[in-house]
Amino acid sequence: MTTLNPSPTGLQPILNPQAHHAPGNFITKYIFSTDHKIIAIQFMFTTLLMMIVGGVLALAVRWQLAFPWESMPIVGPWLFAAEGGQISPEFYTMLFTMHATVMIFLVIIPILAGTFGNLLIPLMIGADDMAFPRLNMLSYWFMWPAIACFGMSFAYAGGPAAGWTSYPILADLAQAAPGSGTAQTLWLLGVTFIGFSSMMGSINYMTTIINMRAPGMTFFRLPMTIWGLFITAILQAFALPVLTAGGFMQVTDRLLGTCFFYPSGLVINNAAPTVGGGQALLWQHLFWFYSHPAVYIMLLPVMGMVSDMLSCMCRKPLFGYKPMVISMSAIASLGFIVWGHHMYTSGMNPAVGMAFMVATMMIALPSAVKTFNWTATIWGGKVEFNTVTLNCIAFLSMFIVGGLSGIFMAAVPVDVYFHDTYFIVAHFHYVLFGATLFGVFAAIHFWFPKMFGRMMNEKLGKTHFVLTFIGANGTFFPMHFLGMQGMPRRYADPYLHGYLEHLLPMNQFMTISAIVMGFAQILLFINIFYSMFFGPKAGRNPWNATTLEWTTPSPPGHGNFDFIPMVYHGPNEYAVVNGNKDFLMQTEKESLPANEAVATNTLDET
Amino acid sequence: MGKGWCLFFLFWPIAAVVSCAMAPFVGWSFPYNNAQAASNLGIRIDDLFYIILIVTAIVFVGTQAVLVYALWRGANNREERATNIHGNHKLELIWSIIPGAILLFLAIYQMNIWADFRIKKYYPEAAVKDPLAEVTARQFEWRFRYPAIGKKLQQKPQPDDLYSVNELHVPFGKPVMIQLRSDDVQHSFFLPALRIKQDALPGLQIPVWFEANKPGTYDLVCAELCGWGHYKMKAHVIVQPEDEYQAYLKNLTQKQFYDGLGKIAAKDTGTESEAVEK
Ligand code: HEM
Ligand SMILES: [Cu+2]
Ligand SMILES: [Cu+2]
Repeated sequence: MTTLNPSPTGLQPILNPQAHHAPGNFITKYIFSTDHKIIAIQFMFTTLLMMIVGGVLALAVRWQLAFPWESMPIVGPWLFAAEGGQISPEFYTMLFTMHATVMIFLVIIPILAGTFGNLLIPLMIGADDMAFPRLNMLSYWFMWPAIACFGMSFAYAGGPAAGWTSYPILADLAQAAPGSGTAQTLWLLGVTFIGFSSMMGSINYMTTIINMRAPGMTFFRLPMTIWGLFITAILQAFALPVLTAGGFMQVTDRLLGTCFFYPSGLVINNAAPTVGGGQALLWQHLFWFYSHPAVYIMLLPVMGMVSDMLSCMCRKPLFGYKPMVISMSAIASLGFIVWGHHMYTSGMNPAVGMAFMVATMMIALPSAVKTFNWTATIWGGKVEFNTVTLNCIAFLSMFIVGGLSGIFMAAVPVDVYFHDTYFIVAHFHYVLFGATLFGVFAAIHFWFPKMFGRMMNEKLGKTHFVLTFIGANGTFFPMHFLGMQGMPRRYADPYLHGYLEHLLPMNQFMTISAIVMGFAQILLFINIFYSMFFGPKAGRNPWNATTLEWTTPSPPGHGNFDFIPMVYHGPNEYAVVNGNKDFLMQTEKESLPANEAVATNTLDET
Repeated sequence: MGKGWCLFFLFWPIAAVVSCAMAPFVGWSFPYNNAQAASNLGIRIDDLFYIILIVTAIVFVGTQAVLVYALWRGANNREERATNIHGNHKLELIWSIIPGAILLFLAIYQMNIWADFRIKKYYPEAAVKDPLAEVTARQFEWRFRYPAIGKKLQQKPQPDDLYSVNELHVPFGKPVMIQLRSDDVQHSFFLPALRIKQDALPGLQIPVWFEANKPGTYDLVCAELCGWGHYKMKAHVIVQPEDEYQAYLKNLTQKQFYDGLGKIAAKDTGTESEAVEK
């Protein structure tokens, strides 16, 4: 209770903390739980499990690029006995399709919204649970039909073989590819299920954040984490239905012959589909209308979390809270009108390309502003180099690279050369792996004590960080060079082409780095499972942080708060004189020291 | 301890800059050992690339250096507490306006190149009037259809059209246009040496123009996932002087319509075209 600092006017007792849901027996407590914290933990373990699956698939892809057509060690002879241990081109296609699918739909999106959204939203806004706890439970359980669909699609010959973008005609007509049969239908169903799951989550998050904030928690006192999750939920709610509709159209094309996406007059495998009249470009518009905002869905929550973590670890208020909120909103709203930058070479009207190009260039601006603000947050701080900080800095450092390579791709004429080469693969791995995953690693270490009441091991954490950071740069940086040399992505054997023959050593170097990085993740798992049971006990507020979740016990009980918290100021009041502490919890009533608060605080309205 | 981490974070941007600086000399840059683009438009694209590279390199070095320096100071901070600043209007205005201006400049600067590349109004007139060939992508090969010598490419295949597979011949020094189509799934016509890329969409016919400026044999690959054999769509574009190109077409005509008697006959129609002695 040291940091709770109860002040008689500020806290009101919760009338009936058990009203929402009483913890019942083991099953209702840990399995069909409606408690947002348990659901968050369920999401975390499920997504981490999926990360292993996606990682193994990635290593298999990399194996083929480093040692083309050679039997994979250990699993090769067992998996592809028929091919004499070799990866076939069909199987390779399935590998990268499923790697991307798993990483995006089953790892990054659910670990952000599912795990951290669930864990942090009620705790950080001072609510006792989500607005719709049962819907919340369903949103977790809808992951499993998706996993089942994706899993089953492995079993059908060739697996889904059209890439995670599922472009027609390849994905739309079963004759077009060996894997375009039932496997592709199952893949589409899986995406639909995971879409339901996200949709339920985002409705819940929006409602909770709008309706259930504690007294005094105005919008501009929300922690950045909540801003990130809130804007993400809005993005999801508007963009996702379009993908779901598109997916539905593709399913009816496949099963009922509706032909939304294929024109007449095709000759596929020497047979002509009888009808037509559709347009393949339509899918690209529908798909990217969701999937471009989706890259922000995979990034904004991390941006929010890193803002809070950096400010805490540097003991400084976040530099430019409001500009950060504004730039997040700008990214989100511009995010809706730049989907066409994935389609510069697609054959859409080139005049439209120019509009998309200007919008895309402009979206780089708020990202730049955020980068500068984070750096300014570190500037003049007292930096503690623990695992959380290191991962946050890796986020920042790698986000800079991903952001800068984005400028090449925003420039239409240059993108024409880079599109669908490894340059693109480099870019999105810097953003998705480099930024998002490092942010997630930081967040796991930071909120672990709140989840399990124990601290994670620092030595293991730092070793994991160093190996992952070196491995990630070793794997993904050379991809820029591959792209420059014109190596297209999704090639089972690029060395077949004369101008790419000499790239083998570079690819082998990248594969070795990837293996290092892959094995480093074992340390993360060891750390999590070891610390859950044997880590040193954490108090309520091990990081001396300021936001509401740290006023609760670790882990918080049902209903979260002993009292309804009362909020008096913004989320990151560090470096203020407050007795012998240098920070103010959001629930602490003391006003800021006048000279510091007024003289330098131009933007904060508290 | 903190300082060690600063060095750790300093090391990798240095490695990145060094490897990028090395790239052109060890053949990690543009294809064919960093050869200059083999088309005039390609050269302009390369120039735009280098402008962006310079801008981003400065920003990259700057931001990474400031980041490491801020960390370095933070690691050595002996103050009792960190500085309490929430923001700075002036600073934030500066660092929004400068990147904004640079981005806007880049956006406007490249419009011309894009227009010349893709907007049909700006295509060279001669090339549009007389397309060189029709390029049809199929799983997993490229098919080319040229008009008969002295004739123009027609929308529908003609009896005297010339065909070849996976080998496109192009005269150099003059703009040419091809009509790109696909018979089955989506493919993408990618000529790395010329910096040309255009998806082939089933149901559409997309005009693509380019002007090769250097004779040579260049790889033509497929850049859009088109099935298990995507990586095998291996073809070549042979850029040659006009007379060699005409000779190639003649040779192709002969091979295709050789009737076994030393005459060449237009296919199917039965009418003899101007006989060319073998
Ligand atoms: C161990 C780490 C990883 C390695 C070694 C790795 C490797 C690869 C490789 C080699 C490809 C290219 C396949 C190709 O186009 O030929 C690829 C594609 C991709 N990866 Fe990863 N990856 C890793 C982690 C991730 C993560 C964490 C994400 C998270 C979002 C991710 C998302 C993607 C996506 C979206 C694609 C595009 C697939 C496509 O071509 O459609 N990857 N990855
Ligand atoms: Cu193709
Ligand atoms: Cu292809």
